[in-house]
Amino acid sequence: MSTTFSVETPQVRTKKKDRFVVSTMKRLLKNKLAVVGLIIIAIQVIMALTAPWITSYDPATQQLTKSELPVMSEGHILGTDNYGRDVWTRIVYGAQISLVVAITAVTLGLLGGVVLGMLAGYYKKWDAVIMRFVDLLFAFPGILLAMLIIAILGTSLINVAIAISIWSIPTCARIVRGSVLSIKEKEYIMAMKSMGASDLRIMVKHILPNALAPIIVFATMRMATAILSTAALSYLGLGAQPPTPEWGAMIAQGQDYMWTSPHLTVIPGIAIMLTVFAFNVVGDGLRDALDPNMDLN
Amino acid sequence: MKETLLEVNNLVTEFRTKEGPVQAVRDVTFSVRKGETLCIVGESGCGKSITSLSVIGLLPENGRIANGEVRYKGEAIHNLSAEKKRLMRGSEISMIFQEPMTALNPVLTVGYQLREPLMIHHGMSKQQATTRGIELLNQVGIPYPEKRMNQYPHELSGGMRQRVMIAIALAGDPGLLIADEPTTALDVTIQAQILDLINELKDRLDMGVMFITHDMGVVAEVADRVMVMYAGQKIEEGPVEEIFDRPKHPYTRGLLGSVPNVDDPTFELHPIPGTLPSLTEQIQGCRFHPRCLFAMDRCRQQVPPEDDLGNGHYVSCWLTREEAVSDGVGTNDEGTATRSEDAPLKVAQR
Repeated sequence: MSTTFSVETPQVRTKKKDRFVVSTMKRLLKNKLAVVGLIIIAIQVIMALTAPWITSYDPATQQLTKSELPVMSEGHILGTDNYGRDVWTRIVYGAQISLVVAITAVTLGLLGGVVLGMLAGYYKKWDAVIMRFVDLLFAFPGILLAMLIIAILGTSLINVAIAISIWSIPTCARIVRGSVLSIKEKEYIMAMKSMGASDLRIMVKHILPNALAPIIVFATMRMATAILSTAALSYLGLGAQPPTPEWGAMIAQGQDYMWTSPHLTVIPGIAIMLTVFAFNVVGDGLRDALDPNMDLN
Repeated sequence: MKETLLEVNNLVTEFRTKEGPVQAVRDVTFSVRKGETLCIVGESGCGKSITSLSVIGLLPENGRIANGEVRYKGEAIHNLSAEKKRLMRGSEISMIFQEPMTALNPVLTVGYQLREPLMIHHGMSKQQATTRGIELLNQVGIPYPEKRMNQYPHELSGGMRQRVMIAIALAGDPGLLIADEPTTALDVTIQAQILDLINELKDRLDMGVMFITHDMGVVAEVADRVMVMYAGQKIEEGPVEEIFDRPKHPYTRGLLGSVPNVDDPTFELHPIPGTLPSLTEQIQGCRFHPRCLFAMDRCRQQVPPEDDLGNGHYVSCWLTREEAVSDGVGTNDEGTATRSEDAPLKVAQR
């Protein structure tokens, strides 16, 4: 048998990584609910990015002569609040805050969770220690843990982000550890070791990419939780402080005017609900799309 | 005779289990020379894979080399630090695995996985590694290597993947290649190609090859020397012709009798009765005696020593002594042979 072949290179150089992303996106787009979610998220992101251009007011400037205008008033499509601030403007700037806080919280949480989960899954001797620490975090109900952390750090949106990120760590660590435990037994990891690859290289370049699917799904779902928790903590007065146009804080402030101006609570409520719904259905859709064995019919 | 590459002396590999330490490899001694293929043969669970993992230093976390030594090019490598062992892997000793389907990372391109050892061991730049990677793929007989570099493992056939595995294993220019049943998962025609490839590369690169298999057909194809293992022990070792023409141990004969012969219509398979004992099982005497058709009282009591039959043929079986005795001296009244002290035997003093 001859082991050398004449080489003519056909010019097929498609980017295979892109192909994977494209096929995942295709599967995701078949899921109608996920498409709705994606559209809502896209609208929210555009709102947040273009806030100064799509609103004509400042979210904090009061106009006491125009307080509590109802929805569809002239110049104030969603009315005004008890200080005469434009609700639409506040909702749009609120989207900015929710997204920034949620993205920060989820990123920090993922960072902590992935590192801890990876170490616990890969090194047997660290497993017990790390997982007991994770169990400890699990023992607190999430919102209580967040309140505790804010009580220690003080009330501010940054601390809300930190609190939510710490709350995300245990779940993320467990998910990653589980994936690592199964992936590290795979033959290709053994093959890589027999090649002389270092532990760090194996963890970062070989295990992590294989564990990415559940992490992506977790991150998307966690965005919903983070937005909801930010609103909840702000509603309780532990997060955004007035006059910050945070959605939860807006509800808290509007609840005194429930009878006269229900739109002050209902509109931020709808905003929160739509966002949380959107991230959840996209997360669901991603989970199905990233698992090609799933039957989509 | 070429220089010795790998020497394993009295290797004992032990596993910590809930029931206490369990020996998976019991006092195994062998060597591999440059440009030579040593086949380690035995049924599943006999310790052949663990022997190879002990050599390359990749035992599972609960396993350890309890006794004996592993020497590569004269230097002990079993007690190196983890970091030194890591650098030795790939550049001195490489390994290819049974399942080409699972031994490549599904989410990384062939090129990425091929560049990795080159960058680790030779400090090559990505560019250089790509060039060398294409050369390696060419060397293992993969057509259109430039195209393959950008493909994912699932886009290749089983035989192609095994070739890629071999290319990756050779990337660090190892002196010794350990092949752990590399053809078991392939169909027969591809199997023959891969065996040819390994043989050819061995000659061209002057490598030592430690080939683990349970397939006597594969042994006939690739081996220079054969080592038969049973229940963690080496029971017979010798040049391939010796083992096939004059197998001494009943287990080796059993293995050869378990290979179907299509040329002979009257041929009947003779499977070896029973199953491999569990590692925890305490067996007095020869570990094979419960399954051995020729077991004698002595086999049940004493462990047979290793006898040198000359020509590099070693066997651990009381039967060979009995045969030597019956050839030379004769048997006693009960028909069971007893060994007289002056029987013409060379007892291996190794």
